[in-house]
This record gives sequence, structure tokens and C-alpha cells, in this order.
Amino acid sequence: MTAQCPECEAAIDVQGLMVGEITFCPDCNAELEVINVEQPEVALAPEVEEDWGE
Amino acid sequence: MSRIRVSILGGSGYTGGELMRLLLFHPMVEISQIASGSQAGHFVHSAHPNLRKICTLRFCHPDDLTTCDILFLCLPHGVSSGEIARYRALAPRVIDLSGDFRLRSPELYRRWYGHEHLAPELLPEAVYGLPELHRGELAEAALVSGTGCMATTSILGLAPLYRAGIVNQALPLVVEAKVGSSAAGAKAGPSSHHPDRSGAVRSFEPTGHRHTAELIQELGQLDGGAELKQIVAFSATAVELVRGILVTAHVFLHEQLEEKAIWRIFREAYQREAFIRLVKERNGVYRYPEPKILAGSNYCDVGFEVDLEQRRVVVMAALDNLMKGAAGNGVQALNCMLGWDETLGLTFPGLHPA
Repeated sequence: MTAQCPECEAAIDVQGLMVGEITFCPDCNAELEVINVEQPEVALAPEVEEDWGE
Repeated sequence: MSRIRVSILGGSGYTGGELMRLLLFHPMVEISQIASGSQAGHFVHSAHPNLRKICTLRFCHPDDLTTCDILFLCLPHGVSSGEIARYRALAPRVIDLSGDFRLRSPELYRRWYGHEHLAPELLPEAVYGLPELHRGELAEAALVSGTGCMATTSILGLAPLYRAGIVNQALPLVVEAKVGSSAAGAKAGPSSHHPDRSGAVRSFEPTGHRHTAELIQELGQLDGGAELKQIVAFSATAVELVRGILVTAHVFLHEQLEEKAIWRIFREAYQREAFIRLVKERNGVYRYPEPKILAGSNYCDVGFEVDLEQRRVVVMAALDNLMKGAAGNGVQALNCMLGWDETLGLTFPGLHPA
């Protein structure tokens, strides 16, 4: 149940996580979003953008 | 299983004190004697006040040392090689933490130390006591050398890249080491006088540092067996730390390699090493190795950054010069020599904040 960190290729354990959940790489500390848990996949989490809403 | 009897010669210095601090809590070791020419008769805690109420031993005179299983030598550089036969008669296995037996080649020794070695016939026999590179040889070794603190930091940072054969040796290896005051030893001098030393950022050996020779020997062995032919431009700077070394090294590669490829090389080299940690984070305060949090621990933290355009890798490595750079590494080597778990006596993780 491990995905690969897209930044440093460390093994990311996605067991117990849900799609869309945010996790962190234990090696490079990249903020990651869980994309798939069946076929484990994570992606770099989107950067927080400033909200200029009304 | 009975404990092995360890004695220390030259025990009043910082390395001797650090060895005592570690070995007093080592589950397989009994400290037999600790000798010092200058402190004979005094309690150990008179020189190492952190050991008060932990150790009731007194320093003996070096002439009063008796036989033991392992003898650590913590003498000034140049002393042990002149008396090595006498010391080896005291113990079947000797670990010399000075610079006297670090180099295999008498010629390399002459070039970097400026004089002939006093026991050149022993140089081929001595094992460079860095477990990460010489674990197998340590198991059988009777004469083990300590390793230079800045050399250890540099070698551990760079070894994976040289072993992988990706370094372009037509271009120089540039290494800058920043080091704390304890690396200069316990003896005071004009340069360590507080008003002058405090707050200093002092280039003290921009060229010609002896630890360079250890890089030439050890990185060369990783890259084919001979001494490194590459130009090694090593400089050392004293900074406002008591313990600690930060090395910043620049190597140029044969070809462009992306960050993930370098991660792979370092991870492959160090994932099974107990005391090497890769530190390269995207976020947070401690993104790269930082000696401040390593004080008292035996860890060497290694990080890197890649400059794709220049085909350059900047390697950062940090450790505590008295620990992984001296006494801690010596205890790790001892553990290897005896076939014990390498972490015995060395599990202190450092302090944060420190």
C-alpha cells in the first residue's frame, strides 16, 4: 500500500488514508495529496492561493 | 557475557572525556584505567565535570597502565606513532584517535604532515576507522585509526556520489568546512582567548589542511582504488560553535542528473546506516543539515541540492566533531570490531532546542 513521492521517490504509506487527504513525505516533507488508494498514487498538493473573494 | 576491559590513554582532553561519557554507559564495556600525564592522581571529574557522581575513577600515570582488552589512544598528533610498540604490548587491539595512522601511504603522510612517519611499516595494517566504509576490515583489525572530524563529515557527505562514479574529476572538488572551537582541543592558546575567539568567523586553514589527505585516500578508494587525482580544494573556517561541523561541498558531474536520481543514490547508500540521515526538506526550519541539533549525538546528517545547468551537486553534511567526528565514531568502530550492535552506547538523539 505504498505510493511514490513525486519529489524524492520515497515510499508513501497510504494505508488508512482517503482520496483527497493531505499527507507528508517522511523524507523530503513534501505536502502530498492522495490521488488513489487502490493503486496507490500521490501528487504534490496544490499550493494555497490567496483568496481575493468578496 | 563478561564485559571487555577498555583503557584510555590521554584521557584529560575533550575526546578522552567524551569517550568516558559514552563508555561509562556502554553495556558491554568496563573501563579499566584512564591515564593522563598531566592529571595523574586527580579524579576524572576534575577534568570532565559532567562525570561527577557518575565516575569515581582517578587518572593514572601513563607508565602505570596495565594490560586490557582494548586501548584507546587520545594523544596529540605525532605522539602515538613514536610509542606504538609499547602501547600495542598493553592490548591486543588498539584504537588510535589521533591522525597518526589514518593514511595508508607513507608518501601521502609525508606530503600532508610535512615529516616522515615514525612507524611506516604499520600504515598498511591500520584500518581507517569509519564503519560506513570499512565495516568488514574493522571486524578483524588489531590497529584502528580514528578519523579526522572534518574529513569524516566530508567523506560521508560525498561517498555515495564517488561510489556511483558520477563525479567529473577533471573539475575540482571544492569543500568548505565550518567548525566549532572544541575541535581545536582542550589546550588554550592566544587564538582561543575568549575576547578573540568569541563571535569569530575565522578562516584558519584556507589551504593545506591535513584532513584533505583523508579525502584523497578514501574518496579515491571508492572511485577505483587509487588515490584521488582530482584537485581537492579544502578550506576550514572556525565559527561560533563549541561543538559541530557543517561542510558544504561542490562537485561537478559528468552529465546532468535530476534531483530524483541523486536522491536514489543517497538513499541506496544510506538507508541501512544507523547513523546517517538524509536531510533535505521542502518545508520547515531544518531543511538541510544543521550541526546545532546534533550536539552530543553520533549522527551525521547529509543533504544536497542540484544545480542542473552547471551539472553541480552541492552536498551539505553536519555532525558533532567530538562524537561522529571523534569519540562517538571510535565507539561505533569498537562495536564493529567486537561484532556488537553498532548503536550500543550511542543512542542519545541530541537536543532540541539546543
